[in-house]
Amino acid sequence: MLKLEKRPSDSRLMAYLSPLIAILLTLLCGGILFVFLGHDPFAALHTFFIAPLTSVYGWTELGIKVAPLLLCAMGLTLCFRAKIWNIGAEGQFIMGALGGSIAALQFLDADSRWALVPILLAGTLSGLGWAALAAWLKTRFNANEILTTIMLNYVALNALLYGVHGPLKDPEGFNFPESALFADATLLPVFSDDYRLNISILFALLAMVAIWTLMARSWVGYQIRVLGEDAKAARYAGFKDKQLTWFALLACGALAGLAGVSEVTGPLGQLVPQVSPGYGYAAIIVVFLGRMQPLGILFASMLLALTYMGGEMVQMEMTLPKSLTGLFQGMLLFFLLATDFLIAYRLVWRRQPASHSTTASQA
Amino acid sequence: MSSSERLHLQGITKAYPGCIANDAVELRVNSGEIHALLGENGAGKSTLMKIIYGVIAPDAGQLLWHGQPQVISGPSHARQLGIGMVFQHFSLFETLTVAENIALGLPADQAKDMAALEARIREVSEHYGMALDPKRLVYTLSVGEQQRVEIVRCLLQDIELLILDEPTSVLTPQEVQQLFRTLKTLASEGCSILFISHKLDEVVELCNAATVLRHGQVTGHCNPQHTTSGELARMMVGDDTPLSENYSKAQGTRVALDAKDLCYQPEDPFGVRLEQLALQVKAGEILGIAGVAGNGQDELMGLLSGEERQDSGSIQLNGTAIEHLSPDQRRQLGFAFVPEERLGRGAVPDMSLVDNALLSASHTGLKRKGWIRYPAVRQFARHIIDRYNVKCADEDAQAKSLSGGNLQKFIIGREIEQQPKFLVCSHPTWGVDIGAAILIRHSLIHLRDQGAAILVISEDIDELYQISDRIGAICDGRLSPIAPTQSVSIEQLGQWMAGQFSDPQPQQPEVSHA
Repeated sequence: MLKLEKRPSDSRLMAYLSPLIAILLTLLCGGILFVFLGHDPFAALHTFFIAPLTSVYGWTELGIKVAPLLLCAMGLTLCFRAKIWNIGAEGQFIMGALGGSIAALQFLDADSRWALVPILLAGTLSGLGWAALAAWLKTRFNANEILTTIMLNYVALNALLYGVHGPLKDPEGFNFPESALFADATLLPVFSDDYRLNISILFALLAMVAIWTLMARSWVGYQIRVLGEDAKAARYAGFKDKQLTWFALLACGALAGLAGVSEVTGPLGQLVPQVSPGYGYAAIIVVFLGRMQPLGILFASMLLALTYMGGEMVQMEMTLPKSLTGLFQGMLLFFLLATDFLIAYRLVWRRQPASHSTTASQA
Repeated sequence: MSSSERLHLQGITKAYPGCIANDAVELRVNSGEIHALLGENGAGKSTLMKIIYGVIAPDAGQLLWHGQPQVISGPSHARQLGIGMVFQHFSLFETLTVAENIALGLPADQAKDMAALEARIREVSEHYGMALDPKRLVYTLSVGEQQRVEIVRCLLQDIELLILDEPTSVLTPQEVQQLFRTLKTLASEGCSILFISHKLDEVVELCNAATVLRHGQVTGHCNPQHTTSGELARMMVGDDTPLSENYSKAQGTRVALDAKDLCYQPEDPFGVRLEQLALQVKAGEILGIAGVAGNGQDELMGLLSGEERQDSGSIQLNGTAIEHLSPDQRRQLGFAFVPEERLGRGAVPDMSLVDNALLSASHTGLKRKGWIRYPAVRQFARHIIDRYNVKCADEDAQAKSLSGGNLQKFIIGREIEQQPKFLVCSHPTWGVDIGAAILIRHSLIHLRDQGAAILVISEDIDELYQISDRIGAICDGRLSPIAPTQSVSIEQLGQWMAGQFSDPQPQQPEVSHA
């Protein structure tokens, strides 16, 4: 008889093994899915996961997608460690892109690189302000942040759509819902003219190190960890939970906002309605897949970035729908949640004792 | 009744991951016998009880009921056989009446006729001297009365074995005496009683057979009537632990903590309202506050620690008003607190002992400019572990991996090593083995002798008598008079715990010591 049994203490091994098992299961089910779609599963998985990384260009494109994922994920780590379930990185990202674009449109004639500074600042503060709404609702009215941040995501999306269809629309853009192209000086510097990869990846790596240090070494990071682990202990120690809530949400909003403005001043070069392919949501998967640890999050953001590229790749090469990206991301989260169960529980094989057949179910 | 054998356990073994709760346990209970099951916390008493009551199936061993092997498939089967159990934590619906609660546990045919049931409840409860009004709503009953409901519920069925899990821990001394009378009546009518306790004087008073468990194994059978409580304690704790100690009493010097006119209405509807509460603790003394759980202890502790904010009133430490300060600000002035809940308030379960050492001690130079000085924190944690003999893998062990006693030693150590001027301890040795309890009491006395003011809130009256210099009780949010421990008899304290005192005089004049 196969039986689930609570482990005496959480398994550390399983905590790190669980994401790997989840990835394997995702690949397995993905392969089966490709079979049903009428493709050779190995070839399809190769196209999805390997082919994008067979060139330098592929790796630089990966970096472009890692940057926003990593920025959002590091901010979310702060929140999730405090058990503040901020689902609003997507909205904060969009507001960052929107606020940054409004600023960038004021500098269409700029030829100084310094114009980037107020633009990045505007984007960061827009994301921060958007998170501040959720922080205010939570600390003032005790409103559940899961609900408020999800709702604010839709408000942000509609604000973006209003912007690109209305006041921010390029007057010379043939009525396309897009802003004017930003001035070259207000675009993030790239490492090489051959590739699109820009310095936003450095922002992301810097944020990773900063948040890592903050969580591991600083007093505020410690307080956030205690608040998340055990709110009563935080109260006993006299930590100010409202201040910590504000801090975590604002920091996350700022990082997501920076990611948003880096997107419009980076690979896009203008504001478009599809500014985010769901980076803010995918970053949630990144955080959990990466075990809230910096290196884990780095690898997880690379994997999630790869799912975006793989989706585009199978669309181009095999004429399969790009929505496979979402499917793979969803499967990953699903299997991760399932295998995480085995951190606290284990499966044991036990021969059923003949005399206690009726008692076993009650034990 | 003849002393025929009613229950016989043979070689009962039950293992959990990481520990053997019961190891080949033998137990015989005769009819009409009041049988004590003794042991420290974690000795395996509760597991054994749950096996008898059918809640848990044993891994090995046999249960004989009236000499016949029985496999008890669950509590309802146990009740059919005539086995009843009163758990430490009652399973009553507070918004239902006594009769409705009892009806829920009965077979449908008996539960239908409420009028008849109410009459039977009255009859049975009066017969055994524990009067109950079947129409009362349970939440209006005292804890002692709620326990009666649980007992009467068992008695309504033809009961042959009644199991009571630490029934006296929630009762006042007077209620304990009443319960004992009831149990003796029951036993004289032939019912067997299995009485779980770790209070030896109660066992000596009540029981005529005893089985002692230690680390899951039976370490002795005896008749408490022919045994001293010292011998019983020896069987419980093993050979090398000192059993009890006498501590010298001290006289406080000047008033360190001075709380006046504290009023507090908790948000929790089941909380206890504090009204005009006044309390003075002197430097160099231990003040003990007795009381049955849920009489305002948590609220008082919350106000003193700063986790809750009083509606009105003042609290001063050495003349400085602190009632408006947060817990961490109070700590900087020399407060320290040992809360009742160790895991999940006094310590973060999933964090290491290093991180837990920092929880309340950050102001003692363990951080600088917003950054944590981890080498210093680690050293502090190690120091606590060495000095307070905390048994753990190392300082990186998770708090939840420690036993209750060892975690309590760690928390007490963390608070005492901050050299507080005022320490509040809630239930300092609750559920702690005797060795750890002695170390904790020693530490408290030592801190007192260094001049700290200490307030101990506890349900353990023996302990309060041992370590307190002055003693009082709290009942229903009101504080009894407070007097030197030697001058307060246990009967007096029992009356105070039951609320029998005139309204407290906040500025009680110095009582000359007895």
